[in-house]
Amino acid sequence: MLLDILSWILLCLGGGFVLVGGIGALRMPNFYTRMHAASLTDSTGSILIVVGVMCQAGLSLATIKLLTILIFLLLTGPTATYALANAALLSGMKPQADTDEGRSSS
Amino acid sequence: MYFTVSLAILVTMVLAVIRALKGPSVYDRVLAVNMFGTKTALLLSVVAFLYGRPDFLDLALIYALINFVGVLAVLEFFQKRSAAQGHTTKD
Amino acid sequence: MNDQVNKGVENFLMLLALLILAWLLWSGIYKLLLLGLGAFSCLLCFYIAYRIGFFKRASGLRLIPSLPKYWFALLIDIIKSSIDVAKIVLNPKLPISPVVVEIDAMSKGSIGHAILGNAITLSPGTVTLDVHNGRLRVHCLTRKSADELLAGEINRRTSLLTHD
Repeated sequence: MLLDILSWILLCLGGGFVLVGGIGALRMPNFYTRMHAASLTDSTGSILIVVGVMCQAGLSLATIKLLTILIFLLLTGPTATYALANAALLSGMKPQADTDEGRSSS
Repeated sequence: MYFTVSLAILVTMVLAVIRALKGPSVYDRVLAVNMFGTKTALLLSVVAFLYGRPDFLDLALIYALINFVGVLAVLEFFQKRSAAQGHTTKD
Repeated sequence: MNDQVNKGVENFLMLLALLILAWLLWSGIYKLLLLGLGAFSCLLCFYIAYRIGFFKRASGLRLIPSLPKYWFALLIDIIKSSIDVAKIVLNPKLPISPVVVEIDAMSKGSIGHAILGNAITLSPGTVTLDVHNGRLRVHCLTRKSADELLAGEINRRTSLLTHD
């Protein structure tokens, strides 16, 4: 019962964070700031949702699978984000100049 | 409650698709696609419990890995292409 | 030379334990045929690991026992900074003040740099843009997150993790 309530809270919080991250990815003015919003859904959203589902699964093989999914997501997510940011930086996208421009236009 | 969470994830996926369609640069689109992929892995693991079918967890695992490799491959492609273009314009 | 052999054996045992555990926990079916297939795929993994020179160098696998403590501290960081970022996104005025800062990694070696860079990217509000010769270029969403990063808490924790 207590576990049910806990997992309910975690799942709702996770859904909320994922939604906020999605809104942020639309609202932010330029590429580098959008990346922060995407990392919000990537790290916090996945942690909360997967842990919430894990509370429902109880002690079983499913929990271990969920744990590995979480670890994979948390290991590969930042690596993909770094590769993306580095590629954008190398292609000549200036973070500082772009942000000033984006802020003044929005 | 699984339904609510999957709805939230689905709405976020729609937002990511909008960003992918709007995104001014290639990198915005790749970012949106990456977001879409990780959200798919999350959605699959929630749906596994919504329908009571734990087999879906394997799919989520595979999807997370394929998404990662796919994003890296796409970035490699664009980096090579932009490097080649920079080279030809310089010459 | 002796030290190198020791490192190789350590890597070998760690990888073996990891692979066997992964196979047994994921398949969940303990028949002779499937166990044989598991042994075969372990051998294949070892061949690939040998080809890429995994046993010649010190690997990140020796850090696994001390990782849970690090992850717990990182989790608290992530929760704190994600609440900040969520507030910023939901604020109608969108009060962002992006800055790019450069920090020096305290930990030596590429594994330490990789862990530090990924930890910084993982916590919302800060994204690693570039890692070069132990110098990290980090894009921060607000001045506050940049100040927190420059205070060096994550940096110190990572160097503690890799030097143990």
